[in-house]
Amino acid sequence: MSLMSLTALELGKKIRERETSAVEAAREALDQIKKVDKTLNCFVTVDEEQALHRAEEVQKKIEAGELTGPLAGVPAAVKDNLCTEGLRTTCSSRMLEHFVPSYTAEAVRNLENAGAVVIGKSNMDEFAMGSTTETSYFGPTRNPWNPEHVPGGSSGGSCAAVAAEECSFALGSDTGGSIRQPSAFCGVTGLKPTYGTVSRYGLIAYGSSLDQIGPIGKDAADCAAVLEAIASYDRKDSTSMKRDSYDFLSALDGSAEGLRIGIPRDYFGDGLNGEVKERILEAAKALESKGAVLEEFDLSLVEYAIPAYYVIASAEASSNLARFDGVKYGYRTREYEGLHNMYKKSRSEGFGPEVKRRIMLGSFVLSSGYYDAYYLKALKTKALIKRAFDRAFEKYDMILGPAAPTTAPKLGESLGDPLSMYLGDIYTVSVNLAGLPGITVPCGTDGRGLPIGMQLIGDCFQERKILRAAHAYEQTRAYSRCPMAAKQA
Amino acid sequence: MANMISDETMEYVGILAKLELSQEEREQAKKDMEQMLDYIDMLNTLDTDGVEPMSHVFPIHNVFREDTVENTDEHEKMLANAPSAKDGAFKVPKTVE
Amino acid sequence: MSKQYETVIGLEVHVELATRTKIFCSCSTEFGGAPNTHTCPVCTGMPGSLPVLNRQVVEYAAAVGLATNCTINQYCKFDRKNYFYPDNPQNYQISQLYEPICRNGYVEIDTPSGPKKIGIHEIHMEEDAGKLIHDEWEDCSLVDFNRSGVPLIEIVSEPDMRNADEVIAYLDKLRLIIQYLGASDCKLQEGSMRADVNLSVREAGSSKLGTRTEMKNLNSFKAIARAIEGERERQIELLEMGKAVVQETRRWDDNKEASHAMRSKEDAQDYRYFPEPDLPPVVISDEWLQEIRARQPELRSEKLIRYKKEFDIPDYDAQIITGSKKLADLFEATTAICKKPKKVSNWLMVETMHLMKEHGMEPEDLRFSPENLAALIDLTDAGTINSSVAKDVFEKVFLENVDPERYVDEHGLKMVSNEGELRSVIEQVMAANPQSVEDYRSGKEKAMGFLVGQTMRAMKGKANPAMVNQILKELL
Repeated sequence: MSLMSLTALELGKKIRERETSAVEAAREALDQIKKVDKTLNCFVTVDEEQALHRAEEVQKKIEAGELTGPLAGVPAAVKDNLCTEGLRTTCSSRMLEHFVPSYTAEAVRNLENAGAVVIGKSNMDEFAMGSTTETSYFGPTRNPWNPEHVPGGSSGGSCAAVAAEECSFALGSDTGGSIRQPSAFCGVTGLKPTYGTVSRYGLIAYGSSLDQIGPIGKDAADCAAVLEAIASYDRKDSTSMKRDSYDFLSALDGSAEGLRIGIPRDYFGDGLNGEVKERILEAAKALESKGAVLEEFDLSLVEYAIPAYYVIASAEASSNLARFDGVKYGYRTREYEGLHNMYKKSRSEGFGPEVKRRIMLGSFVLSSGYYDAYYLKALKTKALIKRAFDRAFEKYDMILGPAAPTTAPKLGESLGDPLSMYLGDIYTVSVNLAGLPGITVPCGTDGRGLPIGMQLIGDCFQERKILRAAHAYEQTRAYSRCPMAAKQA
Repeated sequence: MANMISDETMEYVGILAKLELSQEEREQAKKDMEQMLDYIDMLNTLDTDGVEPMSHVFPIHNVFREDTVENTDEHEKMLANAPSAKDGAFKVPKTVE
Repeated sequence: MSKQYETVIGLEVHVELATRTKIFCSCSTEFGGAPNTHTCPVCTGMPGSLPVLNRQVVEYAAAVGLATNCTINQYCKFDRKNYFYPDNPQNYQISQLYEPICRNGYVEIDTPSGPKKIGIHEIHMEEDAGKLIHDEWEDCSLVDFNRSGVPLIEIVSEPDMRNADEVIAYLDKLRLIIQYLGASDCKLQEGSMRADVNLSVREAGSSKLGTRTEMKNLNSFKAIARAIEGERERQIELLEMGKAVVQETRRWDDNKEASHAMRSKEDAQDYRYFPEPDLPPVVISDEWLQEIRARQPELRSEKLIRYKKEFDIPDYDAQIITGSKKLADLFEATTAICKKPKKVSNWLMVETMHLMKEHGMEPEDLRFSPENLAALIDLTDAGTINSSVAKDVFEKVFLENVDPERYVDEHGLKMVSNEGELRSVIEQVMAANPQSVEDYRSGKEKAMGFLVGQTMRAMKGKANPAMVNQILKELL
């Protein structure tokens, strides 16, 4: 049995109990990367030497009793939009192909303080814009369940790497579903925490008011443990929130007793694939069997979330990505005449089509004469969506629904039609608009063997509740390894 | 299609965003943008009269630093990523005529 | 010129605040330093960096607002102003558009036709840009971000000014208020105070505003006055020729005494403002506002009243001294030590002014300490040195801030009042100048002055002048 088939907590325990070591674990992860990553392309950068060196250091500290946490010595992948000092951070863009940050993102620093060993930087949609990880400058990541299919996105590299057992867990970021949707497509568990729970310092911004870093693991317990490690109040991030408690693991008691779960009828309408719908409703039943109380209700405003989201996210992105101009870092075109030509050529050559599309849209909706009609309208819509959730959480502890309307599409199917790709975000974006926590839990596969994920949405700061429900649900079915990983082992 | 984006608008947005699209890219981008804006126009069917626009989802305020110097000089690390540098500064094409 | 024209002027004044650190990061705001040595990921726009607001910036901005009769916006927010330029590391500037910290204020200026209120539309907080150094050798520009992120307030006036004199009076008033508050040193030459002039002309009597232009790069009061005159003439000339004034930004070249348009196809001037998602709003509670109000120092008008009451110095002196925060501080501190307000005022009004003029200095450039001026006054009063020596010693104090007591000691400048010593010197002087002695005795009073002068010269200026006079008279 490979160490990489274990959950992060199981592996951490073995390392603590000296059954294995951080170095052995790192070696196995690196071996698995060598075996499968030519096919899957989950990683943009793997620094083998650095990872092993780091694993040795961690092992010494474990032996010296300086590191005693559950993640000490456990190999992790970090999405390539999180800055890592001395390790290149590309956002899967030509723009940052050679960018080496001078500092490490707060979340990664917290993770390293917990003793996790970062083995590489995982592939993503360029600047986190996309739902398939096909917009990466470094080529698409493939779905370990079926390499003909996409892993979802934008944290596709992180989720696929966890599913393919190239690491024990990973960090992703979620602006409109970028942790939850690929987790569903890859059959792993992914959590998007309440806005402000994990510091965004060092996360290369896409939509600042929506971005949130979160864990991706094999199960809810791993996600809870990683969240405990990375969540912190950070004075360097002015939107960071001081939480009353950073204890999440203790919420997992195997039961869903007493949880009131709302099932929004508007999440189960025409757009939802039949098999996905079936699996999700079965999962809901399973939760009921664990003690939860289910009730259908109308959430309302669901169809307005995507247009509001794309206005806000594109507008913020157009501003956030303005800094990539060929002056301080990143790509600069070879030949240019004067300053503005240098700007235009560097940016046009450095960014891919999807990024340019969103920057253009964002610049347009903010331009003179359009601000009220688009941006302000979107902010008002956001307020109404938040209210709709507030009303729902007066009655329910959480909302249960799909993470995506379908299972993973084939490579190349989505890019030609951006709008329909955007529509795939219908169940995820409203959570970001309202700043809520959401978790995706695998709940079976479709007829083609592609994973399906159930999404649980909690009220703000209620990660404990959704983690508890996710964990309770896991008690009703075993974790399914993807065929590729099962075969390798 | 309800929204029609002119070539002038595309050029104007290109100036704002500092992007220069090829003819082909521009045609595609125009089409995509029109399609997106048509879709976004759906927001107009939602009555938002009297709704306060929400930019920050949580009502936090007054997050401050105290006025004390903490940073140290790390300009060499910073300049290591510069596409072009000279004398400790970032080098750019001449900015005055 | 057949028609009469009226000039309408509004100002946008940028003031660098005197905080120790930048507005959104803990880098030093210290002026100078090798390029980029006062920078960090935040003020160089590194990917992933985030701003955190310096509390002191809010306090200074609110203090300036209170002192200029503004309403403080107790719920204010930051917005992003988007434009590309290499000195702007993120290619957006964090500023305030929708909810600035202060609104609807005014300051009062003196004009030949009496006091006049100049309205303040708003004051907002924002970050300064870096500096571009133009490298002629390599035909490129170099970017230094040391100034990037230094806190600014922008004070936007109403278009209430009608000529250069009013503009200068307004700027003087603002500068004085802000210096009094300690919120900035407001040096135009060093760029810690910068003014952009919005100017339009209209036919006299018209109530409609003409098309305005905005002029930048005005580094001194003189440049501002010249630029206003130049722009007024340019616009009138255009109108007289039947042409329209184009709304545009123009750059003043003080050497050429002319301005040119800064327009380019690539500057759309469409800033796409939107609320800064990385910074939560600032809420200034009544309590906090009260604290800021309570900390407001005494401003000039209050000082004037107090000086008259407390120190009994001439009105004119009080006006001049309170006309500079630095002079007022020096005056008060020195007076507190030596308790001789009239003498302190006198030294400031006469010798200090004289030397400042001689050395081309502003009050802010004064470097001598109140302790040393007080000591000098005491030395003179005690008769330790005479007044002509005092002037020489003061020059040393003024230039090098020397300790006057030690200086007098080391250079043996103490006044000689020893009668025997004086008498013997005077006798020698009389012996050497028999003609003058003769002249005096034959009624030529003027000869007395010559003899006193010769005595002082022989004594290297240190003789007690009263005693010299007395002894001379006696011997003659």
